[in-house]
Amino acid sequence: MFATFDFDVIRRSLGYLFLDGMAFTLTLTALSALGGIIFGTLIALMRLSGFKVLGRIAGLYVDFMRSLPLVLVIFWFYFLVPYVGQWLTGASRPISVGAFTSALVTFIMFEAAYFSEIMRAGIQSISKGQPAAANALGMTYAQTMRYVVLPQAFRNMLPVLLTQTIVLFQDTSLVYVLSMPDFLGAASKVAQRDGRLVEMYLFAAVVYFTISCVASFGVRRLQARISIVR
Amino acid sequence: MIEINHVSKWYGSTFQALKDCTTKVAKGEVVVVCGPSGSGKSTLIKCVNALEPIQEGDIILDGIKVNDPKTDLPKLRARVGMVFQHFELFPHLKIIENLCLAQEKVLGRSHDEAMAKGAKLLDRVGLKVHANKYPAELSGGQQQRVAIARALAMDPIAMLFDEPTSALDPEMISEVLDVMVDLAREGMTMMVVTHEMGFARKVAHRVIFMDQGEIVEDAQKDDFFGKPRSDRAQKFLSKILSH
Repeated sequence: MFATFDFDVIRRSLGYLFLDGMAFTLTLTALSALGGIIFGTLIALMRLSGFKVLGRIAGLYVDFMRSLPLVLVIFWFYFLVPYVGQWLTGASRPISVGAFTSALVTFIMFEAAYFSEIMRAGIQSISKGQPAAANALGMTYAQTMRYVVLPQAFRNMLPVLLTQTIVLFQDTSLVYVLSMPDFLGAASKVAQRDGRLVEMYLFAAVVYFTISCVASFGVRRLQARISIVR
Repeated sequence: MIEINHVSKWYGSTFQALKDCTTKVAKGEVVVVCGPSGSGKSTLIKCVNALEPIQEGDIILDGIKVNDPKTDLPKLRARVGMVFQHFELFPHLKIIENLCLAQEKVLGRSHDEAMAKGAKLLDRVGLKVHANKYPAELSGGQQQRVAIARALAMDPIAMLFDEPTSALDPEMISEVLDVMVDLAREGMTMMVVTHEMGFARKVAHRVIFMDQGEIVEDAQKDDFFGKPRSDRAQKFLSKILSH
């Protein structure tokens, strides 16, 4: 049945697929994960802070983001932000935000909602005696978080954070709605151009599957190593 | 050095953990606080460096009012060492790093200075060879000695001990008490919540007995062990000294 297929199209487009497409996907994944974890940690700290108002705002934000389909957020963000920017700055025309910037900000904001829940669980997993000991040594709230609580929370949650990042890696393919040249977008372009839809989409699926699978395996090994040390 | 004046504390709106407690610890004095579990003794000692807030009364530490909202608490706490029941070493840091962290970040000492001080104190508690291990690799008694060294590294004006030997296996208790006895004999001001009456007999100047959030008895050591005035203290002593 493979006789009518032309798998050579893959070999011919490898350079474009990986050097452009995959590089874009990995960059977007890495930056989104980094930003998402930082922003998510801030949200988690807000939720756990003694200030009711801050906690409430953070809680609403998380619920809001988790109640929307990611693809819609990407879409709306891309089309709305220029107008919001115009309104905020009082400019005469919509501000142009590059597609990459727009997508990156969307992913950071969206993923932060998920990362914040992971970090919240991580912070709550640290016994209260730890911040008490840090306080007793004269550390401020910020120092206690930075040097004592967050490093431990982060370490405990590393496997879950990485797993969420693997999900994020797959989710970045949704930027196709903005016709951006990520890996799937690149594969799709070649597919349309050469009329080789089955081959290219099959190949894209295999690549996503392989990378995610290997990464998951790596996370499991890491998890096993962490649990021995503790 | 430590003055506790008419302190009351509630958890929530109903449960009163401390009822009008008044006592003081003079410079160089060793005061042991004992009493049945739930008597408020740990709560009282945690109020001294404001790890627990109080609702009524005053606590004055070296002339500074602890429960004044304007007091710079981190700065004040840095001057008082505290040792916890469950050690609370930072598990992600090596032993020597546990000793250096607050010296560098709170007192602003240089890394070399902090390392030197840390090594000296580790040597003092007999754990110099373990400097580069992680807390989980040490026994409970060793961890508690590290915790004492960590507190001493801040050059505290007084030390608070919250049941320092309660979480230890029996054979490890004496190694921790030995360090505390040395400290007491050097003239450190100490407030110690403990059931170790042997320790109290050896180095305490005064013994405070608490029950149900009240200071029932506050007496010189010899008076306390010789002829406790209250029934409750007598009962408590007969229970823990009978075996």
